[in-house]
Order: sequence, then C-alpha cells, then structure tokens
Amino acid sequence: MINFENISKFYNGDPALDSINLSVSAGEFISIVGQSGAGKTTLIKLILAEEKPTSGSVFFDSVDIHSLKNNAITKMRRRMGVIFQDFRLLPRKTVYENIAFAMETAGKTDEEIETDVPYILDLVDIKSKALLFPHQLSGGEKQRLAIARAIINQPEVIIADEPTGNLDPINTNEVIQILKKINDLGTTVILTTHNPRIIDSLKKRVVSMEKGKIISDNEKGKYKI
Amino acid sequence: MFWLDTKRVIKSGFINFIRSSLISLSSVLVVTITLSIIASLIFLQAILQFSLSEMEDKVDVTIYFTVGAPEEQILNLKSSLEELPEVASVGYLTSDEAIRDFRLRHTDDYLTLQALEETGKNPLGASLNIRAQEPSQYESIATFLEGDSAVVVETSDIIDGDINYYKNKEIIDKLTSIINSSQQLGFFFTFIFIIISIIITFNTIRLTIYVAREEIEVMRLVGAGNKYIRGPFMVEGVIYGVISSLITIIIFYPITSWFGREMSSFFGMNLSEYYLNNFFQIFIIILLSGVALGTISSFLAVRKYLNK
Ligand SMILES: Nc1ncnc2c1ncn2[C@@H]1O[C@H](COP(=O)(O)OP(=O)(O)O)[C@@H](O)[C@H]1O
Ligand SMILES: [Mg+2]
Repeated sequence: MINFENISKFYNGDPALDSINLSVSAGEFISIVGQSGAGKTTLIKLILAEEKPTSGSVFFDSVDIHSLKNNAITKMRRRMGVIFQDFRLLPRKTVYENIAFAMETAGKTDEEIETDVPYILDLVDIKSKALLFPHQLSGGEKQRLAIARAIINQPEVIIADEPTGNLDPINTNEVIQILKKINDLGTTVILTTHNPRIIDSLKKRVVSMEKGKIISDNEKGKYKI
Repeated sequence: MFWLDTKRVIKSGFINFIRSSLISLSSVLVVTITLSIIASLIFLQAILQFSLSEMEDKVDVTIYFTVGAPEEQILNLKSSLEELPEVASVGYLTSDEAIRDFRLRHTDDYLTLQALEETGKNPLGASLNIRAQEPSQYESIATFLEGDSAVVVETSDIIDGDINYYKNKEIIDKLTSIINSSQQLGFFFTFIFIIISIIITFNTIRLTIYVAREEIEVMRLVGAGNKYIRGPFMVEGVIYGVISSLITIIIFYPITSWFGREMSSFFGMNLSEYYLNNFFQIFIIILLSGVALGTISSFLAVRKYLNK
C-alpha cells in the first residue's frame, strides 16, 4: 500500500533519512521505533507530502506521492488519518467543530455531520466536552479528539507520529488500544514512537531506525535492543 | 456542493471573526485608519479642485470696443468667437450696461459721478468678456484675435486699444502653472498616501494570518482543500472591510459637519454639503476600498502558506 523506494532526505547536507526501503501492506499495524532524531517524523512527513525527498520515491497505491499536484495531494490526504504528538487541533474551533471541519472538507452533508460527530465523540469518550475548545481539554482528551478526527472519514491508513509522546501511562495505553481496535477493523496503522515498551504487548511488526537508517524489521516482533 | 461549501466558508469566517475578537478589533482599526485616510484625500481633492476652479474663473480676456461701435459687428465677432473650441462662453456687455455698472460701483463717489454727468454722454464702450475652457487656452484665443480672419479684420478698427490678454499674460501663466502643479502634487500625495496605507493594512492582516499559520498547516494535513482554508480568512477580510467602511462613513459625518460649520469660509466650500451631496459615491468608494483591502490582503497572506 505504501512503498518507500530508496528514500534519502538531507537537511542542509545532513542525512535525516538514508536510503530507506520499506513496504507497508494494507491492513498492517506497523510500529516504527527509534530514538529522538532517528528520522521517524521525517519519514511520516514524506508520506504526507509535507516534505519532498532528496532522492527516491514514495508510492501510495502505486502513485508516486511527490509527483502529484496540490489538488491531488489534498485528495490523497483525505485517504489518510493523521495523529501527532502535539495533537494539532484547530484552536479556534470547538471539539464538535474540529470533527465537523474534517467532515466538511471531505464533502459530507450536514445530516451526516449531525449524526456522525456525536457518535464518534461518544466512541472516544469526550461527548460531554463537545462545546469546549481544545485548550480546555486534558492531554488525553486532546489526543482522543485527534484520533476521532483522524478516523471520522474512514481513511485507508492511520498515521500516528508519537501519539503518546505527551501522555501519561494510562492515556498512552488507552491510545494504543484504540489504534489496535481501528486496525482490527481493517484500517492500516503506521505508528512511530521512541518508547518501545508501549508496543511490546501488541505483537505486531516493528521497524527500528537509527540515524536515518532501518536497522531491523521484525514481523510480529518484539523490539530488540 | 458549491452552495454548501460557500455557506460553510461564510459561517466559519463569521465565527472566526467573533472568536478572535482582539485580532479582529485591531484589523478593523487599521483598515478604518486606511479608509479614513482615503476619505480625507477625497475631501482634500474636492477642496483643491474647488479652489483651483475658483481661480480659473477669475481669469478672463476682455475686448473693449470704441464708443458707438455698431452692435451688429460686435455680435458678429461674438458668434465667431463662440465657435472656437477653446471658448467656454462669451459675455456681451453693451455700453448702456457698462455705464449702469459703473454708476453702481461708484454710488458713493460723488466727484466721479458728477464728472460723468458733466460730459453729458456715455464715455464707455461695449465689451466682450471671453472665458476659455482652460486657462492655457487664452493664448490661442488671443492669437485668433490678432489673426487675419474676415471677422477680425472687419472689427479691428472698432476695437479700443489692445485686448487685455497681454496685460494679464503673466498672471494667467502663473496661475496656469500653479493650478497644474497643485493638481499634480495633489495626485502624487494621494497616490503615495494610499500606497502607504495599503502596505500597512496588508502587513497587519498578514501578521494576523501569520498567527494562524499552524492552523492553516493543520487544515492542510487533514485534507482541507484551498477554498476551505482560504475562504474563511477572506470572509474575515470582507467583514473587516465592511465594518471599517461603516465606521469611517459614520465618523466622517460629525467631522464634515464641523468643517461645514467652522471652516466653510476658509475653504470657500462647505464640506458637510459636499459629503451629503456626494454621499452615495463616497460610500461606494470607501466600501469597495475596504472590502478590496481586506479580501486581497487575506488572499495574498494565506497564499504564502498554501503554496508551501
Ligand atoms: N526542518 C528541518 N530542518 C533541518 N533539520 C531537520 C528538520 N527536521 C528534522 N531535521 C533533522 O533530521 C533528523 C531527523 O529528525 P526527525 O525525523 O524529526 O527525528 P525523530 O522524529 O525520529 O525524532 C534530526 O537530526 C533533525 O535534527
Ligand atoms: Mg519525531
């Protein structure tokens, strides 16, 4: 589904990614593990077409992402749901409106929005916060809102870049369990983290990175040091 | 689909405007200042144009005829002058009217009037008073009067002395150059001020959108199309423009009334009347400027983050 072919990315001459080859199949739950600075976020940015690779190509369903025009990139992003460490919610919109906005941009009708938003807020257990603004939520609530926004349009893949980085262990576990549930329902999940313990129990594929390179790739693996 | 999008974009623009009230307030303030500058310039131009046309009106050329010159010939010359494209109007003053005006002017001056009575007849000839369309055209009218067209030759011996153009030439030339250069200067300063205020407005709005740049980036990442990102900002821009132009239009009412009451004799025109008589045009100019300023600034400012 997503293929990195010989991807390198340099920032001012320093390699953030160095000849990466990686293939993610549909329905997979893949965790990318590595210390801070290993290049995980850079990898994610290349999938989202936020950054361009210095060399190599990224394919999404055999389409070279970086050959797409702005409009097509927008359409492609609607097939992905993104979750970040710093939540990236819209500060001037309420909890309800943050979800509604994602649906509006995807061209959903007002009726769909009115039925789906309360449903999804209930699913991630923040229905009672619908009229609050992001800054009035706790970290865990913010991240659950971000997850709700990411899955509301039924994307083909969820991309979560250190989604637990700012959360306490309880919220961390909850987020991982939600992602696992999403994956069980058939959605591909790409998760990055610098903390391998949180994915130990998953028994899913783990790719380890160091200094811009992939150093191990274990199917159903545990993280190896 | 188009209407649904438009409805959502407009709604979200209004909501953003209300929620970021501090930013909205400062943007409205800056746009209002810009519009006030534009409005002031409109009034300054009006005063300038008015004073200049007053000055232009003071310039004329008069031809005096000998006493008893046949009226038919004078009227002949008058109608051929009126055919010249440079001539705006020709006023004919008969010698009877001339003496009446003279008496009126000297009602208190017994000596002069007495001397006039003693001569027993009218010493004043008829005259033609010529006004050109533009002060610079007196020269060519004078040239015509010295030329050798049939009418001119025919009337040359009933004209009393030189036409007064040459006496006035220096003043006319000076006036013409003052008028031209004040007009140019006026347009120049108007232009400069408008450019400066546009730049200031643009930068203010750019700053408010800079504050929202992360928001724009998030919108892009969740797959929002350009219209959903740019639209609400442009709607906010329109709101800035509309509110600012209303404020400007309102505050200029007491301002012009004051000028109308206190400064009319100084300017030679009543700004309050001018404002009310031209209210609709001024309102449209201010409103369009405000809306254009707000929307175009927003459009350009957001574009920077969309094309990343
Ligand atoms: N915009 C950028 N400009 C310059 N260097 C960057 C930029 N983004 C990331 N880097 C560098 O690239 C390397 C990988 O960063 P990143 O992908 O963020 O790592 P991770 O997400 O694994 O912590 C780091 O050395 C970082 O300093
Ligand atoms: Mg990172």
